[in-house]
Amino acid sequence: MGEVIKLDLKKKSLRDVNSVLQNLDPKSNLRNYLISNPSGNHAVCAGLKDEMEVTVKGHVGYYCAGMNQKALVTIEGNVGTGVAENMMSGKVHVKGNASQSAGATAHGGTLVIDGDTSSRCGISMKGIDIIVKGSVGHMSAFMAQSGNMVVCGDAGEALGDSLYEAKLFVRGSVKSLGADCEEKKVTKKDLELLTSLLKKGNIKNVKPKDFKKYGSAKKLYNFNIDNVSEY
Amino acid sequence: MCGIVGIYLKNKKLSKDLGKYLTGMMEGMATRGPDSAGFAIYSNNKKSKEYKYSICLLNDFSFSAFKKIITKKFKKLKLKQHSDHVVITSEENPKKLLSFISSEIKDVSLVGYGKSIEIFKQVGNPRDVIKNFQLDKFSGTHAIGHTRMATESAITTNGSHPYSTGQDECLVHNGSLSNHNNLRRNLIKQGQTFGSQNDTEVAAGYISNSLSKKISLKDTLVNGLKDLDGFYTFITGTKEGFAIVRDEIACKPAVIAETNDYVAIASEFQAMAHLPGVNAAKIFEPEPGVVYSWGK
Repeated sequence: MGEVIKLDLKKKSLRDVNSVLQNLDPKSNLRNYLISNPSGNHAVCAGLKDEMEVTVKGHVGYYCAGMNQKALVTIEGNVGTGVAENMMSGKVHVKGNASQSAGATAHGGTLVIDGDTSSRCGISMKGIDIIVKGSVGHMSAFMAQSGNMVVCGDAGEALGDSLYEAKLFVRGSVKSLGADCEEKKVTKKDLELLTSLLKKGNIKNVKPKDFKKYGSAKKLYNFNIDNVSEY
Repeated sequence: MCGIVGIYLKNKKLSKDLGKYLTGMMEGMATRGPDSAGFAIYSNNKKSKEYKYSICLLNDFSFSAFKKIITKKFKKLKLKQHSDHVVITSEENPKKLLSFISSEIKDVSLVGYGKSIEIFKQVGNPRDVIKNFQLDKFSGTHAIGHTRMATESAITTNGSHPYSTGQDECLVHNGSLSNHNNLRRNLIKQGQTFGSQNDTEVAAGYISNSLSKKISLKDTLVNGLKDLDGFYTFITGTKEGFAIVRDEIACKPAVIAETNDYVAIASEFQAMAHLPGVNAAKIFEPEPGVVYSWGK
């Protein structure tokens, strides 16, 4: 790790800080940043599109690292609503807890949360890998289309409601399953996938075989008039 | 949208700074509610017979004109002007004083009263409102504030929060209720009175009505989960403390920071970022449909 460039949100405006990170000189090798005093600001590190490493020291507000591409963003604190929403690639690592809609609609990349998330984690996810060391709140993976979600703790009510092709792995209890979500058999391929996902999240003391898998029952997948009350 | 905040001091030595803390919290929530703002401050009153009445002067009715009328009728009163509000402190029988004000003085409205509450609200950007009332000078035991983005009713002082519908009670709300008209009719039948068409005032009336039947605040809010239909995060204040509850869907945000010195609640963390020691505080989101309370 080379030189770390410090950006203090007490001294610089949020717009200036984000603008520095969004407009890196493609030739520059200086790609390590430290943001201090985030003070719950919204949209910290939103819209990054180049390879870089950013550490945020403290708690942030909504949409942190939203729309991320290629960057590695680490938050040493809690995050508000919609962390890494619509992420395309790269990695976002939250060392504290996350509020609702973590990783919402994200197409790719990896979101690792060391603590818990509140409701609607991974809502409408479209290819992201979400790895939560703690528990997730109600309506998580609602309408999740593709990608993987790993929850080492418990899941709240209505997990995976109206699910499409996303794979959900939960180690603890599930309060209830949402419409058209059902438990699936864990295959050898799934165990391999879980092993690689746990590795991505740097999770060591958890065994892939301790997880249950949930996916779409596909009864609501295509419109069927007999199921109209379920929609 | 709307922003709601609350702070309860566990360490009584900090009481001088209560207004200062709440000022920063209200400023932090100005972006969530630029239309109007209000706050309630609770403080211990050693004189147990004294009541405080927070009165809003309407239509440019002057403090001196108000003073002239009220002191002519009641002799032992203390009056203090705060912007377009007056706080009356008196040992007079509340029924007598309140009925005089409502029948004899036209251009005023009662914002709230009780033994420890003072309550202020005004139309305008929260940053201006807190300056007008010099919120940073207040001391006390706990406080609740609100910044409003109007949805359900007009931008007026009457439509601003907090709503106080009972002695030393107040309520702030982020969200909207859908069954408030029905509830209002039922509560009016039970003797509750309302001063606006606002949905939150109905929730405040619901709570007051329940507390008046000696149902505890916690049970009242648990019953409210069934009876109040809509989206909400509520903070409700009483003489001794405050409570927070979110509806089961929990779309309306809230975050709590607790240290050995205080409990702070806000819609967003940025409203608490200035509080001393907040980065080391226990920070959590209240679970949907669970009542959390501090104080008695």
